[in-house]
Amino acid sequence: MKVITANRLLDGEVVWLGPDGKWVEVVGDARVFEEASELQQVLQSETVSEERQEVVGVYEIEVAYKDGRLTPTRLREAIRALGPTTHPYLGKQARPESPAA
Amino acid sequence: MYRYDEFDQEFVNERVAQFKDQVRRRLSGDLTEEQFKPLRLMNGLYLQLHAYMLRVAIPYGTLNARQMRKLAHIARSYDRGYGHFTTRQNIQFNWPTLADTPKILEELAEVQMHAIQTSGNCIRNVTSDQFAGAADDEFADPRVYAEILRQWSSLHPEFLFLPRKFKIAITGAPQDRAAVQVHDIGLQLTQNAQGEVGFVVFVGGGLGRTPMVGRKVRDFLPEKDLLSYCEAILRVYNRYGRRDNKYKARIKILMHETGLDALKQEIETEFEAVKHTFLDLPREEVERINAYFAPPAFETLPAVSENFEAEKRATPVFADFVHRNLNGHKAPGYASLTISLKPIGGAPGDASDEQMEVIADLAERFGHDEIRVSHEQNLVLPHVKLDDLPTVFKILQANGLATPNAGLVTDMIACPGMDYCALANARSIPIAQEISQRFHDIKRQQDVGDLKIKISGCINACGHHHVGHIGILGVDRKGEEFYQITLGGSADQNTSIGKIIGRGFPANEIADAVETVVEAYLQNRVGPEETFIETYRRVGDAPFKEALYGTV
Ligand code: SF4
Repeated sequence: MKVITANRLLDGEVVWLGPDGKWVEVVGDARVFEEASELQQVLQSETVSEERQEVVGVYEIEVAYKDGRLTPTRLREAIRALGPTTHPYLGKQARPESPAA
Repeated sequence: MYRYDEFDQEFVNERVAQFKDQVRRRLSGDLTEEQFKPLRLMNGLYLQLHAYMLRVAIPYGTLNARQMRKLAHIARSYDRGYGHFTTRQNIQFNWPTLADTPKILEELAEVQMHAIQTSGNCIRNVTSDQFAGAADDEFADPRVYAEILRQWSSLHPEFLFLPRKFKIAITGAPQDRAAVQVHDIGLQLTQNAQGEVGFVVFVGGGLGRTPMVGRKVRDFLPEKDLLSYCEAILRVYNRYGRRDNKYKARIKILMHETGLDALKQEIETEFEAVKHTFLDLPREEVERINAYFAPPAFETLPAVSENFEAEKRATPVFADFVHRNLNGHKAPGYASLTISLKPIGGAPGDASDEQMEVIADLAERFGHDEIRVSHEQNLVLPHVKLDDLPTVFKILQANGLATPNAGLVTDMIACPGMDYCALANARSIPIAQEISQRFHDIKRQQDVGDLKIKISGCINACGHHHVGHIGILGVDRKGEEFYQITLGGSADQNTSIGKIIGRGFPANEIADAVETVVEAYLQNRVGPEETFIETYRRVGDAPFKEALYGTV
């Protein structure tokens, strides 16, 4: 299972590609790709193009359902999804809508 | 302190205006990310895991109160209320937006600061001894030469696109607190038999993937030849440094592959050609820059302060604090004070905006308006009267800044690691925090004595792990954080690269392993007067290996 991630150009915010082609701020809202071919198609499409001046550094990551929640499997990506583990009051984890908050 | 002349100020202002325009063009789509990335890096703006990161240069780690207040203001207004002081004597802000960055740079320019040459393959911010201009063992103030080098290297047209980044460090004291032997060029101020000022010159030191101790290329370089000799080194490097392989591009590899004698010969030949050109450093120029660094007007004081001694007797926590956090000063009745940014369980090198304000106030009231950043990620008030220390201590204490651990086991260096850094393999800060908790008891720390633990989250070694008495390197083992221990590293006048002691440890075992190493030291030392590194050098790694892995 994969999702597509990037950083938002304007503020560097970590984002994932949502189901409607918009970038979302919570990994749980991301569009999940089960098929490699589908993923590749989107990765090469205009939707995720850096030329749209929305995001930079687009790539795919592995995710899995953990306790019913969509979670990146690698620690690095889990940290991107939440914020620094050393500052729990900073980053996405500190936001009211965050499951970790 | 050095103040910009008109040229400096105009130049920095122009660069800010230029970057403002570049950001505008990036946001409007006129510049692609590919075109823009090198431009933002040239202005110290990186993209990290969670956000952009702005690295601001603090030349040779010297700041005044106004500049510190500006950093506090930036932390508060554009960031999340804190900044991170680094081993390069810089400060990093972890959360600025791209849109805000031109404004931040404008604000920095108001106090003569910038983020130029904090990234890219150029000559980086020159680093120095945090006690420069104050230490009682100092021979001459190294910042004068650091400033001369800064002016020479800033935007030197020939050296903006070197094979790789290039770092220079300089110390003015025999006790090397600037780690000069692990820099591309390391300079140690000295004096010849005739009493003339000059430098011992080391070339080709560095950490990272291939750690190397700098090789001595000159026992005595006369002061006037400083720039021409550095110019010669840089030219040779620019000509022969390997541009084909990023991992082999630093001058340390050139030194290693060419050999000391051959490279020295190349440098000397080039130096003959450069010598006596406009780069000759006239004594008047040194004097002119010297004037900027003139020591403040110190009062004539007795060497012993009654007030200070009485407070020491009356207040044990004060006695603990001054026992570790003071450094001898050249003026009687004064000391240099280390303000540790390593509270127990804290993130090494982080300071909140309020703490920065407090330190700015203290510098103004009690410290001749001077603040330093040490490469060990602490702050320093270089000139404080012993008489004033009880008051200063109370203020520090009230603001969580009176940790009495300078140079002790909890005074660790740790890079940002995987909590922030896009290049990391493992986290550094939580490891430092756990070790710090383990050794929280100050009596235990004092018993262990001088011990430097240095932690990096990847082989780039921003946390200087190779030169930690105990070094910790985070690696990725099949997707798990894993930590390698090196022992016996040191970054002072007896620089050595630590040796990997054996197999690494997972995150939940690394603090135990460090404790085991410390216990092995305590058991093997001759007595409390023998420090960790001395014991290690005497007994070798066998007792530590055995303590960690059992008899093999
Ligand atoms: S050592 Fe590695 S992980 Fe640590 S700050 Fe440097 S690049 Fe990042």
